[in-house]
Amino acid sequence: MVSAPTIRPQARRRAQPVAAPRKRTRSWSLTAVTTVMLIYTLLPLAWLFISATKTQDNLLGSFGLWFHGEFALFDNIGKTFTYQNGIYLRWLGNTVFYVVIGAGGATLLSTLAGYGLAKFAFPGRKAVFAVILGAVAVPPTALAVPTFLLFAKAGITDTVWAVIIPSLMVPFSLYLMWTFSRDAVPDEILESARVDGAGEFRIFFKLAVPLLSPGLVTALLFNVVVTWNNLFLPLIMLRDRNLYPITLGIYSWNQQAQTVGGDVVFNLVITGSLLAIVPLIAAFLLLQRYWQSGLAVGSVKQ
Amino acid sequence: MELSRRRLLLGAASSLALLAAGCGSSDDSGGDTKAASTTVSDAGVEAALQAGGTITVWAWEPTLTKVVADFQTKYPKVKVNLIKNGSGNDQYTALQNAIKAGTGVPDLAQIEYFALPQFALGKAVTDLNTFGAKSLDGTFTPGPWSSVHSGEKIYGLPMDSGPMALFYNKEVFDKYGIAVPTTWEEYAAAAEKLHTANPKSWITSDSGDAGFTTSMIWQAGGRPYKVDGTSVSVNFDDAGTKKWTGLWQGLIDKKLLAPVPGWSDAWYKGLGDGTIASLVIGAWMPPNLESGVKAASGKWRVAPMPQWASGEKVTSENGGSSLAVTEASQNKTIAYGFMKYATVGDGAQSRTDQGAFPATTAQLNADAFKNKEFPYLGGQKANEVLAEAAGQVATGWNYLPFQVYANNVYNDSVGKAYTGGSNLQDGLKAWGDASTKYGQEQGFTVK
Repeated sequence: MVSAPTIRPQARRRAQPVAAPRKRTRSWSLTAVTTVMLIYTLLPLAWLFISATKTQDNLLGSFGLWFHGEFALFDNIGKTFTYQNGIYLRWLGNTVFYVVIGAGGATLLSTLAGYGLAKFAFPGRKAVFAVILGAVAVPPTALAVPTFLLFAKAGITDTVWAVIIPSLMVPFSLYLMWTFSRDAVPDEILESARVDGAGEFRIFFKLAVPLLSPGLVTALLFNVVVTWNNLFLPLIMLRDRNLYPITLGIYSWNQQAQTVGGDVVFNLVITGSLLAIVPLIAAFLLLQRYWQSGLAVGSVKQ
Repeated sequence: MELSRRRLLLGAASSLALLAAGCGSSDDSGGDTKAASTTVSDAGVEAALQAGGTITVWAWEPTLTKVVADFQTKYPKVKVNLIKNGSGNDQYTALQNAIKAGTGVPDLAQIEYFALPQFALGKAVTDLNTFGAKSLDGTFTPGPWSSVHSGEKIYGLPMDSGPMALFYNKEVFDKYGIAVPTTWEEYAAAAEKLHTANPKSWITSDSGDAGFTTSMIWQAGGRPYKVDGTSVSVNFDDAGTKKWTGLWQGLIDKKLLAPVPGWSDAWYKGLGDGTIASLVIGAWMPPNLESGVKAASGKWRVAPMPQWASGEKVTSENGGSSLAVTEASQNKTIAYGFMKYATVGDGAQSRTDQGAFPATTAQLNADAFKNKEFPYLGGQKANEVLAEAAGQVATGWNYLPFQVYANNVYNDSVGKAYTGGSNLQDGLKAWGDASTKYGQEQGFTVK
């Protein structure tokens, strides 16, 4: 699906003033590379859209990258929302819930922690940082089974918490916010605010957060994409189909084709996938102006 | 990426379960297969069902939905939670994780025959002799009935059965003048004839499938796995195995097999447009053709599985699953009551009516079953062929008590034979070595 943006704050900070005068220097090689990338990125999306307009039979019996037979998109969408008593809508709602609580919470926690680590000196800070860097290197997959056993002891497998709690811990997002806080929030501002008598929480929410907003949005988008696409963790944790996120739901429909006597619904799998990425694309389009807006807003002149 | 993640998890999960298996079985001095005596009578089961309770069932078999509803009407005080956990490996992983965690274990689980020994030896499932399951002797066809046995112990009741048969696209066969092959020699000749006549058409597809491989070796008379309690041997060097590799290697070398993985969208497409002209597969296939390959309605037919010598009548089982009561269940009696209803009682008939291929002789030999005409198969009375195949399953086959793991690493070794990096016989040897190594690590005595 859509990959997360990995924008380093320093790079963008430097890039921003250069881009401002808009002095265009055309580079044909760059254009060519970008075009290739564009096609590479859009082709699967085009395939997905075109395939979603086909019936189950035409889907298997026609060329993938062009329309064929009746235009069944709306029929497919209708079926997707009504198949198995309309469980798709429920899955979609679950995913939104997991994203709002999980990705929202993860962003809040990593912003707080990243800012704290960057701006306050305390004993053990280096150790904390080493742990976080280490945690970035551990693939979540490797932790899945131990996490399951741990949660089983706590009796929270097969509940929404089994999906939400691990989603709240995103070392990469924390690392991102740490580097971002270090560079984007000048110590001078904090010091002058303290001199003016502002409390630490006020400084954080009134001064730091606006300065951090481009980084915050980047981390949020990253967390939203990761949580939205989360398949593996729910696959292990959840048994109740009513708690499935959209990814696991679509996966279970896809699996039906591999089951004796199962109902083969590739057309719904594809239409369901198309519908599932629409909110993600919308999130990117809506939020992009936030991460494009300059860092200099409200900053001091250095 | 997705695959490798799943593989990683499966490996982790199955090694956990087997660790438990290794520990559990070390104290019963290898191969305790003596049955426990009956402690709950049929009347006791009936009384428990009348008294009521709640059980959880993990099964992906679609026909069970109606069975559960009917059962709850018959026994209103029993509540059955039917949970569809994804099929096969996904469910085994979930089950092994739950067993390891000690919570959230269902009362009943659907387990394929190849996977049952793994759960049996891990003491994850209960010996049903406690409920007098031995008296069901003769109720089921011999293939599935022996598949749920480990010595005298009975670890599950057969839910369906998959005696193999040849499904073929008659339209394609007729178009190229190909007679339905009755022997493997004829099959190989048909493969060549078809592909020569139309280079876009193949006799069948195979890109390496552990279940298919073991079923084919089973029919050819190979018995690579010998299991006696915790003592196991793996040997793919026997004559039966070589018969199959000889045939199949020839088809691979001449590129006569469509390189399409089974159950993929490309596979369904090939079955629909005639580019994959036949399938040697379990008798449960018709509903899948009807649902997934609507485009080819009326074109497919069923014939007996090709034989190694003209005039022989030998088949093997492919797929199929049992229901098993878990050891962790707190409601074993009710669980057994439901399971018996679903596999032997009214449920067996209901499921057969819904299109499942029965493992019970009563349903299999019923005239209504045999005379059923399949519109999808051009009105053919396919069950006549399939029921006959069920009675011809070769005996003496064993799966490894860690077959789930073995099947998951199949493609690492045998899979290479399909891409030209190795040949089948060497691939099987490497597969056997990998299985042996794993077995030893898990505490099995492997010869």
